[in-house]
Amino acid sequence: MRDQKLWTWHLAAGVIILFLLGLHMAIMHLDALLGIFNPAGGHPIDWANVVARGQSLAFTTTYILLLGTALFHGLYGLRNILFELDPAPPLKKALSWVLILVGVGLFIFGTWAAWVGYQVASQA
Amino acid sequence: MEKDRGHPNRLGIWGWIGGGSWGPDRYLYTLHRITGLGLLFYFVVHIFVTSSRAIGQSAWEESMMRVTGPLFVLGEYLVFVAVAFHAINGVRLVFAELGLGIGKPIEPIYPYRTCLDDQRPWAIGALLLIVALVVVGALDFFVWH
Repeated sequence: MRDQKLWTWHLAAGVIILFLLGLHMAIMHLDALLGIFNPAGGHPIDWANVVARGQSLAFTTTYILLLGTALFHGLYGLRNILFELDPAPPLKKALSWVLILVGVGLFIFGTWAAWVGYQVASQA
Repeated sequence: MEKDRGHPNRLGIWGWIGGGSWGPDRYLYTLHRITGLGLLFYFVVHIFVTSSRAIGQSAWEESMMRVTGPLFVLGEYLVFVAVAFHAINGVRLVFAELGLGIGKPIEPIYPYRTCLDDQRPWAIGALLLIVALVVVGALDFFVWH
């Protein structure tokens, strides 16, 4: 039952990622069409454009949402692959905990970076 | 008495590519996993590389300098291809999970049909869309820029 719920969340996270990552890829690679997100011109990763996007609380929120959903989707997918190799139950438990700790650690670090990045951009 | 553990994956990783007389769907499954693992690795690296934004302009520009050059452009393109495949094939899998596009249950009467026969046009459509994106992506990465 628990795995069924986690699997449903895994699929739901995939749908959210589809939209947010699609937007991210479009901004980064269709800059000729979506110049509105790169007001300074040039390349989307130029500092002026990074600051312009970083000043937006909406962008910062979507970064954090994408971070969380992608980490869950990716690490739960990895867990499924590892579990299919049929490790012993204690190893399964240890793997789950390692993946949870890695996921939470990366989420905290990424959220910190996104939030401080927002503050840095707002002061620029 | 040993606890019944169901039917474990006896073939392990080998089963991804050499599990028997698998059809094209099995190779889509394998590619879905390979692209998923590749994207997870890239994503973790991406978190660390882009976190330099929090330190300031010089740190950001320094870290971006470290990931420039033809090899990184090629790598970035491969990430784009992996995203295109994983996303579109993932949509197909979500539809199948929800019972869409796999037909209704039927009597097993010869000549036998499976849900894979009903799914095949979706799989072919997904592959065509992936190929179109891969071509547009190649133009964007290597021609238009």
